[in-house]
Amino acid sequence: MQILRVLLLRLLTTAITLAGVAVIVFFVIRVVPGNPIAMMLPPGATDEDIARLSALYGLDKPMITQFGIWLSGVVQGDFGTSITTRQPVLALVLGRLPATLELSIMALVMAMILGGAAALAGTRFRGGRTEGAIDVANGMALSVPDFLWGLVLILLFGVLVPIFHISGRVTPSLELPFTTDFYLFESLFRLRFDLWADIVAHMFMPALALAIPLAAIIVQLLKQSLKETMNLDYVTLSRTKGYGETRVILREALRNAALPTLTLVGVQFTFLIGGTVIIERLFSYEGLGNMAIDAVINRDLPLIQGIVILFAVIFTGVNLIVDLLYTVLNPRLRHG
Amino acid sequence: MAEAKAIDGRSMVRRRAGLRLWLSAGWLGLLCIAALLAPWIAPKDPLAQDLFLGRMPPVWVMGAEPGYWLGTDSLGRDVLSRIIHGARIALMVALIAGTITCVIGATLGLLAGFLRGWVDLVISRLIDIWMAFPPVLFSILLIAVLGPGLWSIIIAIVVIDWTRFARVVRAEAMAQGAMDYVASARVAGRGRLGTMLREILPNVLPTIVVLLTLEMGIAVIVEAILSFVNLSISTDQPTWGGMISEGRASVHQAWWVLVFPLITLFLTVLSFSQLGEGLKDRFDPVLR
Repeated sequence: MQILRVLLLRLLTTAITLAGVAVIVFFVIRVVPGNPIAMMLPPGATDEDIARLSALYGLDKPMITQFGIWLSGVVQGDFGTSITTRQPVLALVLGRLPATLELSIMALVMAMILGGAAALAGTRFRGGRTEGAIDVANGMALSVPDFLWGLVLILLFGVLVPIFHISGRVTPSLELPFTTDFYLFESLFRLRFDLWADIVAHMFMPALALAIPLAAIIVQLLKQSLKETMNLDYVTLSRTKGYGETRVILREALRNAALPTLTLVGVQFTFLIGGTVIIERLFSYEGLGNMAIDAVINRDLPLIQGIVILFAVIFTGVNLIVDLLYTVLNPRLRHG
Repeated sequence: MAEAKAIDGRSMVRRRAGLRLWLSAGWLGLLCIAALLAPWIAPKDPLAQDLFLGRMPPVWVMGAEPGYWLGTDSLGRDVLSRIIHGARIALMVALIAGTITCVIGATLGLLAGFLRGWVDLVISRLIDIWMAFPPVLFSILLIAVLGPGLWSIIIAIVVIDWTRFARVVRAEAMAQGAMDYVASARVAGRGRLGTMLREILPNVLPTIVVLLTLEMGIAVIVEAILSFVNLSISTDQPTWGGMISEGRASVHQAWWVLVFPLITLFLTVLSFSQLGEGLKDRFDPVLR
């Protein structure tokens, strides 16, 4: 019953949060100077044309009415029509979402591999030069944000040793047989390893830039909890059984040390997704974030609204899942 | 970063922390001097264009033009002078935006954590809503509303980042509020406001100072990101972000236009955060 109550309470706060986001974004973007309708029309358009088009998009009504119309649409899954492309916002946004999701997931996997490996190495060789070097590198990774790592990577692997692509999602001249927008997964599924390699070569640097700060957080936390676990009695016991140090860390300590790290990774993952906005811009990667920045520049109000709401849904959704997993996985909270 | 040989031991940890603190303070001090004296120490006019001197490499590379130490950009403007002048905007944003964010965020956090009740409820809900926005997109949106300019950037940073302070200070104030010394202060006759300002605030102040240094580093990055998206300050004011944006576009023709502002920005952000970490160690009674 405890879980059910926690779940209901969390669902309620999530709903309040999303409603708050919807209200703020709707009214903030209506203060944006620059008439989007005037920007759409050719220079010779008359005031009458502008008024007619404004009426078409509902922009001539009072703001409260506009909000009501928009909200009732959103509830029915209709996010309005993009002003610049004249396509439904939902279709546009869902078309870009897979690219951003693939990038975020790839970054998450990279961060876990990188961070996990560094934390294990630091624990295995603790007190020595290896740990010192890992700590220094980690301090840097922790304090410098993804945007700067992206630029550093562009210089290293795009200019100095050009082995990866610095812009785009796939090489434009390639013919894509895909039916979904999940290029990375679908190319694997169709066993088109040539395409898969091309996609990875495009994603590698933006994903790594996003992964570095998260990897640093993983190292910091996992190393700390591994260190604490290594002093526990059961670990000492398995040492006396004659197991080697590496085996003790991997088979005995890691299992217990991983839970606190995993819950934190969940929360940090939302920050990583937020970072995709500027990283996609930096690498001209055709995802949601890049589309969002273009939408702001073009004053495409319905599109901006749709993207911000989608991001908010993703953020609160990830947080919700992490909270629930934590409640389920942590026996103390379950019976509390 | 030369001292990789970490020996376990408190004195070593302290010495490393001390060195870190001095190195970062040194770099930031250098930047302050550069910003204050920019018109006198910059070798060239940062805005002077010379199309015959476009994309000249730094002096140690073949084909360089003497006097342009770090090379020129595509319009023939001196990279070194632009970095020196760019320090002005960067530091101004860091100091002003950092301080205002700190005051507003810490006040709200303190109120929520100490007063609890409906104040806490409202502020916590607001924090939740703010955390559901992607921060970079939010700042770009705000600049679109406010229009480009120094004050728009500062306002955008304050509006977005107050939650960083509010969240941490709220939790700290809550923890402090549950302690015995607070209860005894109330018993001794201090009012609520007095207890908050005289008892709780001094105890969370170290945390606030550390957060403030970190926030200054973040503010510099936000300014660079906004310049990168071309939404920051007018183009006749040299900024590191604007230089980076231009350098990114011509990275294959002139790497130096990207590399030098990037190194400057990198060291600055690293210094602010290392300063914060160093201060944290100083305040930590276990290490002292």
